Amino acid sequence: MPQLLLELFSEEIPARMQGQAAKDLERMAREHLAAAGFLPEALKTFAGPRRLTLVAEGLPLAQADRKEELKGPRVGAPQQAMDGFLRKAGLTQDQLVEQNGVWMAFVEKKGRPTAEIVAEMVEAIVRGFAWPKSMTWGTGKLRWVRPLKRILCVLDREVVPFEIDGIVSGDVTEGHRFMGDAKPFTAKDFDEYVAGLEAHFVVLDVEERKERILEGCKTLCFARHLELVEDIGLLEEVAGLAEWPTPVLGDMDPSFLDLPPEVIRTSMRTHQKYFAVRKPGQAGLAPHFITVANIEAKDGGKVIAAGNAKVLSSRLADARFFWDEDVKTGFEPWLAKLEGVTFHAKLGTMAQRVERIVALAGEIAPLVGADVAKAKEAARLAKADLTSQMVGEFPELQGVMGGYYARHFGLDAEVAAAVQDHYKPQGPSDAVPTAPVSVAVALADKLDTLVGFFAIDEKPTGSKDPYALRRAALGVIRIILDNGLRLPLAKFGKDDLLAFFADRLKVTLKDQGKRHDLVDAVFALGDDDLARIVARVEALDGFLKTDDGKNLLAGYKRASNILKAEEKKGPLPEGQAEEPAADSAAEVGLYQALRLLDRPLKDALAKEDFTGAMAQLAELRGPVDAYLDGVFVNDPEHRDNRLKTLAAVRAAMGQVADFGLVAG
Amino acid sequence: MPAAPKSFQSLILTLHNYWSEKGCVILQPHDVEVGAGTLHPATVLRALGPKPWNAAYVQPSRRPGDGRYGENPNRLQHYYQYQVILKPNPANMQDLYLGSLEAIGLDLRTHDIRFVEDDWENPTVGAWGLGWEVWCDGMEVSQYTYFQQVGGLDVNPVAGELTYGLERLAMYVFGVDNVYDLPFNDPDSPLGALTYGDVFLANERQQSEANFHGYDVAVLKQQFEQMEQQVPLMLARSYKNETLVLPAYDMVLKASHLFNLMNARGAIAVAERASYIGRIRDLCRMCAQKWVELQEAA
Repeated sequence: MPQLLLELFSEEIPARMQGQAAKDLERMAREHLAAAGFLPEALKTFAGPRRLTLVAEGLPLAQADRKEELKGPRVGAPQQAMDGFLRKAGLTQDQLVEQNGVWMAFVEKKGRPTAEIVAEMVEAIVRGFAWPKSMTWGTGKLRWVRPLKRILCVLDREVVPFEIDGIVSGDVTEGHRFMGDAKPFTAKDFDEYVAGLEAHFVVLDVEERKERILEGCKTLCFARHLELVEDIGLLEEVAGLAEWPTPVLGDMDPSFLDLPPEVIRTSMRTHQKYFAVRKPGQAGLAPHFITVANIEAKDGGKVIAAGNAKVLSSRLADARFFWDEDVKTGFEPWLAKLEGVTFHAKLGTMAQRVERIVALAGEIAPLVGADVAKAKEAARLAKADLTSQMVGEFPELQGVMGGYYARHFGLDAEVAAAVQDHYKPQGPSDAVPTAPVSVAVALADKLDTLVGFFAIDEKPTGSKDPYALRRAALGVIRIILDNGLRLPLAKFGKDDLLAFFADRLKVTLKDQGKRHDLVDAVFALGDDDLARIVARVEALDGFLKTDDGKNLLAGYKRASNILKAEEKKGPLPEGQAEEPAADSAAEVGLYQALRLLDRPLKDALAKEDFTGAMAQLAELRGPVDAYLDGVFVNDPEHRDNRLKTLAAVRAAMGQVADFGLVAG
Repeated sequence: MPAAPKSFQSLILTLHNYWSEKGCVILQPHDVEVGAGTLHPATVLRALGPKPWNAAYVQPSRRPGDGRYGENPNRLQHYYQYQVILKPNPANMQDLYLGSLEAIGLDLRTHDIRFVEDDWENPTVGAWGLGWEVWCDGMEVSQYTYFQQVGGLDVNPVAGELTYGLERLAMYVFGVDNVYDLPFNDPDSPLGALTYGDVFLANERQQSEANFHGYDVAVLKQQFEQMEQQVPLMLARSYKNETLVLPAYDMVLKASHLFNLMNARGAIAVAERASYIGRIRDLCRMCAQKWVELQEAA
């Protein structure tokens, strides 16, 4: 079956946009082909520095012929309606057939040639492509991420003819800018295309480019007894910056190794996109780097290595300058500068934020076993590095630099660690602080953010969370749970914030496979202690997996439905149920069970032994079932007492969770 | 191919020759202080309107805050940018640019040339575009931009802009680590070799001191306000139905430089910064609109 090959060849596409572009191209092509009735056997897209490519296998050369049924006017409808229908359908009246009182037409539709459909598809894709940023160029009106130069489009080895804003489709493309003969070449199918690219020093598939980079890096490292510091994000980026990625190892002036390794790595990574290397088995960095060039240079890369080494030296010299200036300045002048830094127009300056964090850290410290004075001091210093020169240059080193500077100035080790770690955890894979002072400051930092933005009604909506409040809430939750902390959150936020925590906790628990309705059932109790909530959810989850649990839940729902129905008629009777007549075994059974349950249930709950509390509730299962099956609640004579009994069941169970919110 | 340049000035001459051969008008620097070559009216104003325009020039650029009294090996408060503007950008603009690197002696089969995403913007003149930093062996040697807006107005046709940081490029090409050691003229000159330092070190020292401590802030502020007031008055005047856009734009440039001087003196609080930039942008926009009106009327 015929194959379609499409290449959109442009000037250099930003590395960060390539992955999504390949996905978008695939999605758009699949949609267009499906709309035309095509289902390719295989469809694959590629993105690289100068090209987006699509190959689809197994397309027919034309659409299948189709029969269409057209429904016309009713028999006997006015002639106007008939004329209109005929005009629109392009038919004459003798082509119509009467069927069930309606004029019908059965039309044979010739399938269109695939090439025509492909031409339309490419135009629609090019004009409708959603680049994060696009531009016009020259005198044209077309938008693309950078100037679009060529479109190669062949179906079954034939050029699909079309023209988009002056770009005429063809079967020619270009390889590497400088390597090989650097001349355009022809490709009539995917095999020729890949072979042609390779002969012209282009690796089409990003995965192959990544492999080539990793292999190259490892070979270089092996020869020098070094080990690559792997960096997936960087690998992804450099694989989008070179069509013929060629790692080159360069030397770094070893005198820079006295800079913090984070500074060296960040400088290498963000400014220069270099990989760092180390001696096998050692933590620090080795005085070398690997850059990924786009060329196998004539001299084997000597000039490239030397040039890059020089650039790195001047970058690191800058970093050392920042370090030297920073240690001449120190925390107090930085803190003074925070008064001039706006945190948020409605939330004041960074200096004001620091004051709030200090107060919060002081409140939290005793609750997490931290020294109050140290927690307050660490909170006071935590944001100071934001005005240091180094963090000005490398914002991602906030906290880390504060920690280095705190140690440089001989500050208390716990305070320094808290300054360093208070932004943590920054993502799902980031570590949670465990040292008490660090925990206090990390919580204070996040709670201040959350309380502040909730107070000015800047809550996250949908996919919009510009202040990363979800991450902050999740950070609080992880710090509390991972450290087994007991923290009454209601002390720090209002209902809307507590509900936000509940939502985040639900997401966390759901990720761990817990049912979100159970979280709701527990949250409804109004508890604000996350550790206790999780323990309850876990116990409840276990209980509802048992037979007793399932049946008791069903009993609860029945009892609760009866109560709800009766509540509509008027207020329920209040007070304790009286002891029922001895001849009603089911009534006596439940009455006794409730009485026997009261004490041990309260004890278990007081000890926060939720599994034990569930076990106590399990005792209710038999009596509740017997009661609901054998007792007529609305008996006029006993109605009050019986409703009081059911309410007592609801109240007893309600001490553990709101079973009304449990699904099932 | 002619021999590769051996000095700072021959590097400039090589670029002049190259772009002259490609059809550019070779201009001399604009005679008002500017912070970047883009601000020359030959770029900011000519990028607007329908008329084709191809020009190349050197522009001394002043960044008062970057002065280091001649003590930093690569930071200067006065340096040169080589600026090329091609409007509409030709389809082979990248190839033309790469040809210019070869002309100054960079072998493209030995060096690693990369186009790395970098979207340029200059909020003071309400301009932005998409393009790249061009890297040579990991060093940024040029900024390459397709203008999309200037003076807050969409451009059509689109101009391509190339900016070469001349000192940095020269340091790389000649393998010099300190800008002041760059050979300014031919090292074998019969009249005596001069370095960049021989020509500019005194200027860096004196201007740095003036920028950081010498200028009277009250005077700068007064001059800024005068320029600001003058721009609309100048734009209200015309000669034979031609609005006096070019003189008005010079005043915008002066205001912009005065702002940079005040900034270097530490006289502008963080909160005021945005408002000053906004005031300059408004002035620039007024000029840009008048310029486009003139271009479209002509």
